[in-house]
Amino acid sequence: MGKFQLITKGLIKENPTFVLLLGMCPTLATTTSAINGMSMGLATMFVLILSNIVISAIAAYIPDKVRIPAYIVVIATFVTLLQFIMQAYVPDIYETLGLFIPLIVVNCIVLGRAEAFANKNSIVDSALDGIGIGLGFTCSLTVLGLVREILGSGSAFGFKFIAGDGILAFVLAPGAFLALGYLIVIFRKLTSKKAE
Amino acid sequence: MVEYILIIISAIFVNNILLSQFLGVCPFLGVSNKLSTASGMSMAVCFVITLATVVTYLLNMLLVKLGLEFLQTISFILVIAALVQMVEIVLKKISPALYASLGIFLPLITTNCAVLGVALTVVKPSVYASAANGMMNLGEATVYAFATSLGFGLAMILFAGLREQLSLNDVPKAFKGIPIALVTAGILAMAFMGFSGLV
Repeated sequence: MGKFQLITKGLIKENPTFVLLLGMCPTLATTTSAINGMSMGLATMFVLILSNIVISAIAAYIPDKVRIPAYIVVIATFVTLLQFIMQAYVPDIYETLGLFIPLIVVNCIVLGRAEAFANKNSIVDSALDGIGIGLGFTCSLTVLGLVREILGSGSAFGFKFIAGDGILAFVLAPGAFLALGYLIVIFRKLTSKKAE
Repeated sequence: MVEYILIIISAIFVNNILLSQFLGVCPFLGVSNKLSTASGMSMAVCFVITLATVVTYLLNMLLVKLGLEFLQTISFILVIAALVQMVEIVLKKISPALYASLGIFLPLITTNCAVLGVALTVVKPSVYASAANGMMNLGEATVYAFATSLGFGLAMILFAGLREQLSLNDVPKAFKGIPIALVTAGILAMAFMGFSGLV
């Protein structure tokens, strides 16, 4: 697989949200607006890239039996680092995303890439894989956030362009499930047409 | 006593962990195809959440004493992973019947964000606390954890019942599997919105 493909596969073919259906909790919870979705995606991407690099570097030295706990410690270290950075530089976003920043530790995407890719590929490839999957995750979260923001509050990225309140349910919990369900259907329709 | 009842109602219905807080959605979508597996998973989660919350709450007291709160995330996830492993070994020895019914779900629970989520929630200031500084005491934390996991079980079993019915129907091809499940969950979440404002 070429280096370029490593980056682009996360966008469509192995899109973590619409195809692999991983990391559903932050996907549903933090996409109340496009900005929030994008921040969550970028935060996950940060952890994903760094943990992929470190895990691919140390994979050869970790005994097979304790590899999962070892990966979790590496991931948790970067998540703690991310918490400090966000608290210092973007405290507002840190407050909004709240619990879901420490919960990146148990995000199946991060652990899944460590287990499925980083532990048997080179450092450079693992970093590119982290960038690719992270980009795919960020894009899908931004799209989902955008859809919910437009329908729910009539604005996009914080700019209000429809007067009135919008359909409040789309900002609340039910809208997250409905919007994601319909987006997956649209995504499947588009990609299956391309395959034919 | 009244505070405890309020915590229970609020955690089960109003702030349902799955349908309004979005914690533990992976098993909610993953193992809700059949009612029997869904109830097995709910029982295992109930058991682990309550136990893990008590242990991490006590661990957090130690961390606060030493001024090491920033280690919360790392230490909690390690404790949860170790605890799950231990529960598995103990259960295998003392109750093979229970182990057989919960067995396959236990390892999955380590990466269930509901467990870490609840453990991290009870050590932060919250509206349920009776103390002046907004922190829950051990009793409140335990009740909150147990009630939250009951809420998880309730949503899980309701959803599994719906999906069992759904599998008998003719669903458009693009909606097969997860999308129709998500739409169903959305409608279920709407029903649970009716409870908001109850407490």
